[in-house]
Amino acid sequence: MDLVIALALQIVYGIASLVLISLGLAIIFGMMRVINLAHGEFLMLGGYTVVISTNQGVNIWFAMLVLAPLVVGLIGVLVERLLIQFLYGRMVDTLLATWGLSLLFVGLVTSIFGAQTATTISPPLGAIQIGDYSSSAYELFLIGVTVVLLLLVYAVLKLTKLGLVARATMQSDDMASALGVSTKRIYMITFGLGAAVSGLAGGLLAPVTGVLPSIGATYIAKAFITVISGGASILAGTTAASVLLGGINGIMAFLTGPTLGEVALLAAAIILIRLLPTGITGRFFRKSL
Amino acid sequence: MSWTRENRWRAALVLAGVIFTLAAPGMLELFTIINLSTAIALAILALSLGLIWGYGGILCFGQTAFFGIGAYAYTIAAVNFGGSSWAVLVAILAAAVFAAVLGYFMFYGRVSDVYMAVITLTVTLILYSLLRRTSGPEYKIGDALLGGFNGVTSPPLNLPWAPYMPLFPEHVFYVGMAVLIIGYIICAWLIQTHFGRVAVAIRENELRAELIGYDTRFYKLAMFTIGGAIAGAGGIIFANGVGRVTPDIFNLYNSALAIIWVIVGGRGTLAGPVMGAFALFYLTSWLGTQGVVNNNLVLGLTLIIFVLAVPRGILPTFISWWDGARSRRAMQRRELKVRRKRGRRSSELREAADEK
Repeated sequence: MDLVIALALQIVYGIASLVLISLGLAIIFGMMRVINLAHGEFLMLGGYTVVISTNQGVNIWFAMLVLAPLVVGLIGVLVERLLIQFLYGRMVDTLLATWGLSLLFVGLVTSIFGAQTATTISPPLGAIQIGDYSSSAYELFLIGVTVVLLLLVYAVLKLTKLGLVARATMQSDDMASALGVSTKRIYMITFGLGAAVSGLAGGLLAPVTGVLPSIGATYIAKAFITVISGGASILAGTTAASVLLGGINGIMAFLTGPTLGEVALLAAAIILIRLLPTGITGRFFRKSL
Repeated sequence: MSWTRENRWRAALVLAGVIFTLAAPGMLELFTIINLSTAIALAILALSLGLIWGYGGILCFGQTAFFGIGAYAYTIAAVNFGGSSWAVLVAILAAAVFAAVLGYFMFYGRVSDVYMAVITLTVTLILYSLLRRTSGPEYKIGDALLGGFNGVTSPPLNLPWAPYMPLFPEHVFYVGMAVLIIGYIICAWLIQTHFGRVAVAIRENELRAELIGYDTRFYKLAMFTIGGAIAGAGGIIFANGVGRVTPDIFNLYNSALAIIWVIVGGRGTLAGPVMGAFALFYLTSWLGTQGVVNNNLVLGLTLIIFVLAVPRGILPTFISWWDGARSRRAMQRRELKVRRKRGRRSSELREAADEK
């Protein structure tokens, strides 16, 4: 019984971390049809923000929950103004330009902080006991944050005026701008928010993974697979794909070890895309957010 | 294949390549030659991406996957067989088969090009993280330990009839140049066949090509597989040039590099990506020795600037500038002639008027 609970917790944590690393990408992709290849670097910058400010004596919770999203969100707005806004409607060029951006960020951070790990911080909160098994309380906290984050994004999209206007822009930007919405501003805000969510995720994961200039590469593959498998709906797609892929990964990793877990994740994603080229939400839950 | 202007240029390029191959080992130091072998391997990779992206319109961000699989398959097979002859075949086949399987899922699933880019990149990155984990003694294929992060030492190529006689570095250079030149000729021929023309038609407008009655999925898959095979051949040269394959071959930096060669050199040309590969190889190794600026920084800036300012790449931009300049000059000459003729006529008229 304890084993089952511990295993279930592990799988839920895997799913939550998939949601966490993919959500920022999904927001930007779902709202703006922009695939941000610098997504991994947004996570990396969030991690650096937390590690550096914590080492400067800032409270770790403040650094993770406020500073990281704020800093990376501002960087996102800046990026949108300086680069992305010239490339709307040119998907391939956006891909290439954001890839250039990703290399640029890696290069910048390496030049400033060096290629090695900046001093790491240890995860706050200790361990908890489940019968004979111990689990990190921080992992539980991350699961909780993920749920809150999903609810928050849902609330913003569904209940606020900004969310309404953003959804309208997403459906038809011509019509929205004809009705007086400044679509340019909406795009800027959306990109900034997506970046902020990525920054938050990167900051939250930093105590677990440590930070490296090249750490983005380890996130990006999973984030892309999740978002593409999920399809166009931001919340439903990301959640559904995370549950499916994270579940498969967790179960296979338990049965055969972490290496085959990742193989199973990839294989499942490729087969899924073959069967549902527009993602899960291209076929199911189509009307959802 | 007709003797068009493009083909005259291509023939000149091939000739220059052959002359360089024959002259270089006599003129350059051995260290430079060994370095060149690696650059040649990367140029072959660039050629394969130039073919499938520039002519097939297939946006593959993970062309290094096939390159790396070629290198790994060659190494593992050569260790197991104790000779390179079959290993070469195995490597090219492995890369082609992997491309075919991946391509089947993508093209027959009708994945759009942006998704395709992301999927190919993701596959490459997953190969990277998988192979990094294979450091234990239980991860071996036949006699070859995969070695995780440190990779596997690649046995050198040998003559097909003498497995105990490994080739010297300058011979590897010859083989590499031969593969590059032959690969270039094959690609140049391929794009002028019926198959190649259909591929270009699909690149221009997939729906229209399909309505005319071509099975675009099949053509794209075939193009992708050929590109994978060429990249695999490049991987063999790479394994020989470096002497070792490591999971780093699959990392994000290298996949970006391949894209940058093609963007800088120019899509829709074959020579452009090859030149881009050589140029950036020497630029990055020079920057590496200077140690002032970070390579990632320079490459990232290069990519952004090219996408924003020179989206077609250097070679096509240069060609159209050259053509423009030539036609402008021709026009000026013609105008000059006309004006002179007119001038003569008006002076004749004036003379005639004077006589009256």
